[in-house]
Amino acid sequence: METRAIITLVLLGIGCFFIVVASVGIIRFPDFYTRVHPAGKTDTMGQAAVLIGLAVYEGLSLVSVKLVIIMLFLAIANPTATHALAKAAYVAGLRPWRKGEPRR
Amino acid sequence: MSFILTAVIMFGFWLLLSGHFTFILLTSGIVASLIVAYFSHELLFGDIDLKITVNRIVRLIKYMPWLVWEIIAANIDIVYRTLHPSMPIDPEMIEFDTNLKTETGIAILANSITLTPGTVTVEAKRDGKFKVHSIVRGVNMSGMQAKVEMIEGNRDV
Repeated sequence: METRAIITLVLLGIGCFFIVVASVGIIRFPDFYTRVHPAGKTDTMGQAAVLIGLAVYEGLSLVSVKLVIIMLFLAIANPTATHALAKAAYVAGLRPWRKGEPRR
Repeated sequence: MSFILTAVIMFGFWLLLSGHFTFILLTSGIVASLIVAYFSHELLFGDIDLKITVNRIVRLIKYMPWLVWEIIAANIDIVYRTLHPSMPIDPEMIEFDTNLKTETGIAILANSITLTPGTVTVEAKRDGKFKVHSIVRGVNMSGMQAKVEMIEGNRDV
């Protein structure tokens, strides 16, 4: 029980760290396309770490199986949504930021 | 064939989510999965060759550990670039062709690109043309591309 709680705490900590850094990245990066990078990748990793942590805490039961299923669905849906956003911006004609230009 | 397969998978999923084994719930589960399978078995599997599909699933499972490692590396990379005071980024759009023939292969490659270091898929076309936004210059995609082509095998179904 003790070790399980520690593993859960570590995984929750990692997950929260990645989600917070993703939020910072969305604010700091210079344009839409670069902002999509932290939103799409780091959130996937963050939610996976949080949900695996909760599944470890729960032990081997139906609840942890459901948590893992949620994680897999999010891991497929998140990059797909990111791609949809990036493609919408590209089709609408948004020009990517180049190094040396001012932030948008 | 695909009807039975869909019904079995649906019923397994039902059992996994419900966790109750009373008569009324099992019966309604069977009825529900038969109805769903009747309407959607062509969408989920269609006309498939079972042997090719099973081979592909096995290769996809072998591909997963590498992908998970790449995702972790991608996240550490993004965290570094986000928190570095001078933000070392130099984005560009790159285009390349692949030999992928199936929609599943294209979807797997597109999602893998989005999840791995510094790249987001902007456009993935049916004929295997990709357009990718990369956060640093000079990213090489050929390793991942070869792995996904390997999963697909050389059949065009």
